[in-house]
Amino acid sequence: MDRFIEDKTNKVQVSLGGDTEEKKINFNDLKTGGFIKQKQKDLFTVRLRCPGGKITTKHLIEISKIADKYSQKGVIHLSYRQSLEILYVDYKEFSSIVDELTKIGVRVASCGPRVRVPTACGGCEYNPNGLTDTQGMAQMVDEKFFGTPTHHKFKTSFSGCPLDCSRTREMDLGFQGAVDPVWDEPSCTGCTICAEVCNEDAIDAHPETGKPIFKPDNCIYCGDCIRACPTGSWTARRTGHLVRIGGKHGRHPLEALAVANFIPDENVPDVIEKTIEWYKANGVRGERIGSTLRRVGYDSYHTFMEETFKVGSPVREDI
Amino acid sequence: MSDIKVDDSIDLRGVICPMNFVKTKLRLEALDDGQVLEVTLDKGEAFQNVPKSIKDEGHKIVEVKREDDHFRLKIEKCG
Repeated sequence: MDRFIEDKTNKVQVSLGGDTEEKKINFNDLKTGGFIKQKQKDLFTVRLRCPGGKITTKHLIEISKIADKYSQKGVIHLSYRQSLEILYVDYKEFSSIVDELTKIGVRVASCGPRVRVPTACGGCEYNPNGLTDTQGMAQMVDEKFFGTPTHHKFKTSFSGCPLDCSRTREMDLGFQGAVDPVWDEPSCTGCTICAEVCNEDAIDAHPETGKPIFKPDNCIYCGDCIRACPTGSWTARRTGHLVRIGGKHGRHPLEALAVANFIPDENVPDVIEKTIEWYKANGVRGERIGSTLRRVGYDSYHTFMEETFKVGSPVREDI
Repeated sequence: MSDIKVDDSIDLRGVICPMNFVKTKLRLEALDDGQVLEVTLDKGEAFQNVPKSIKDEGHKIVEVKREDDHFRLKIEKCG
């Protein structure tokens, strides 16, 4: 057995060769470090860290050169979480590929029970629907929380608006942009644009004046009314993140539930930190936070998060 | 707010997104600052998107009139 290390994920043994230097490779460390064993003997996938799926063209050019050198088939795969994966890399070349990636400022991602690289849509920087700086948030999470050990994998994502392209409902902890609209009567001309653009039947136009009749229960906080209003009568009372927790996909999917709304950017790190704290205290090894919440009860989490969520509005969404 | 003088007009009924916006933009480019373009748009998707895009580009919607299944917008060119 000393010449083999068992990969517990799929029971395939991988030869580590005979010399002393190679024996130092610890396969658990490898998985921590984003090296994923392939079917093919000695070959691994090297997953890169691309928070929010954004890569500079300069990096992309350099990564291409490195992939071309180390991938035995000359291929890259786009992972389901917006990362680049260099396929068919011989494990004997790990240290040299990591050295070369480090030189150009590209880091290797992670697998296993820890905080993963966050995913994100374009966000407010260039997407017209975007309400929050999802890319900035993804960078922040990557810098502050990447690799934090947890009971099981811990996935986060940022969507800039309720279209939710980053699928926050499938995340262990997801953040979706939301804006709370407020209407100012004197500046309104009763043009009815807002009632027309609202897709959620949250605004009726008054039959005589054309002025909006707001039905807050239907509002999903997308901000279409604010963006379309020609006179600026609809404005943002507050903009922030709708927080969803406990989702996952895979064999037994769970839908994340909304627990707070309008959390400002600067409080997002606090929400993540406290949530991980609750998860560490209440979860067990190998259990996703969604299962912990369903086992222990959402009440425990809400109570624990009460202070943290005060900067926005706590939300109770039923299972 | 009625009787705003119109310098040019375009009927975009039946034109789909985002071509309706592109056509609006091209017409606006031919105008001077402060001049007004009248655009006729279908209800629904066209009207949900075009006004927002016009605002995003910095132009001003100075009049909106609803007529059955379409809208008539007056847009003042800004910048």
